Amino acid sequence: MKTYICIVCGFVYDEAVGRPEDGIAAGTLWADVPETWTCPDCGVAKADFEAVEV
Amino acid sequence: MSTPALVIVGAGLAGWTTAREFRKLDTSTPVVLVTADSGDFYAKPTLSNACAQKRLAEQLVTTPAAKMAETLNVRLLAHSQMQAVDAAAHSLTVTHADGSSETLAYRQLVLATGAHPIKVPMQGAAAAQVQSINQLTDLAQFQQALGTSPKTLLVMGAGLIGCEFANDLVLGGHTVHVVDPATRPLAALLPAAASEQLQAALHALGVVWHLGTTVQSLSPRADGGGLSATLANGHAVSADLVLSAVGLRADTAVAHAAGLQCERGVVVDDLLHTSAPDIFALGDCAQYASAGGRTLPYVMPIMNAARALASTLAGTPTPLVFPLMPVSVKTPAWPIVVAAPDPRLAGGWMAEDLDAEAAQAGGAWRFMDAEGQQRGFVLTGKQSTRRMELSKTTVL
Repeated sequence: MKTYICIVCGFVYDEAVGRPEDGIAAGTLWADVPETWTCPDCGVAKADFEAVEV
Repeated sequence: MSTPALVIVGAGLAGWTTAREFRKLDTSTPVVLVTADSGDFYAKPTLSNACAQKRLAEQLVTTPAAKMAETLNVRLLAHSQMQAVDAAAHSLTVTHADGSSETLAYRQLVLATGAHPIKVPMQGAAAAQVQSINQLTDLAQFQQALGTSPKTLLVMGAGLIGCEFANDLVLGGHTVHVVDPATRPLAALLPAAASEQLQAALHALGVVWHLGTTVQSLSPRADGGGLSATLANGHAVSADLVLSAVGLRADTAVAHAAGLQCERGVVVDDLLHTSAPDIFALGDCAQYASAGGRTLPYVMPIMNAARALASTLAGTPTPLVFPLMPVSVKTPAWPIVVAAPDPRLAGGWMAEDLDAEAAQAGGAWRFMDAEGQQRGFVLTGKQSTRRMELSKTTVL
């Protein structure tokens, strides 16, 4: 499971946690997050997220 | 004089996002971006959660300035200061780091100069040692002073940024004191009960609150170790570092000198147009007609403003209409989402009835106006996941 960070506001999407309040179940891989999903904190598209290096 | 270009002053989120959105609509007009700093792009909200994540200031940069400039086909003038704007001549003077200066002609000028941390006047020989963090270089300086061992910190201000830093620093292993003249944290944003929850959650992590008082003076400690703050309530607090997070004041100096109408910020209409022809402003330096003359120093308003402005600059006048913009307060000890009602609205907060167990873990409040319509909300703790649901029932 990986995490992705919004380059604009720093919001973190964690695949393990998902985003249940937006209908994205825990364990949802980043690739499977709908393209229409936008950052809950700043509204940018999925393309503006990048993988967090561990 | 160079070819008239779109000139953007400021390389924060507002400046870069305007350039990026403009380039989506217009790939040929020259764009010049002037910035007093390096121009590196980073997510500003990460300034206040870097400590717990053990990230250094330079690690927050997501795209280096040169890469931004190349991708967006922008001429970047880094480490350069805007000195003056001649609105009648459509030109501005810029001084570079090497002392040389340059006059730039503009077709349109965008002011995205941001804001400065407000400095509270105080007495004492160490008053000048108070730090503020509003940009990457501030954070780098603060982290250097912080070092690697646990420290005792005094945070001035229990607003959004003060609370975020308090939470971040306490998670980073430091001892944190917070001073604020209000009697509760986030007093301007939250109903009292929500403030009290946050206060208790941060207290449980070790944050020491000094509410309803201010720092009167800051002096070096007599024993040579760190600083000693004297509060208006008579108490003394020893600290290694003092961080001020009492708020921001829009940077309007050059705009004001150029004759642009400025109040709390550079005054802009719903097209983000200032009082001078072809000069626009957005971000922390602007006060928006679209927000009833308020400044809105948050990410979401900047993103909305930059999109509308880019469209206007590219030839399609696009009035800025802000949608509902809930703000997440990054206090992991007690997560909070606030959709603040317009401060001019009469009304009051109504708490949702939760069962005892749920009420322990969070809270939900709706701001109801005189007509009984919901105009804002606050969600805390476990309830903070209900942002979508409450957004739908909020009337703008």
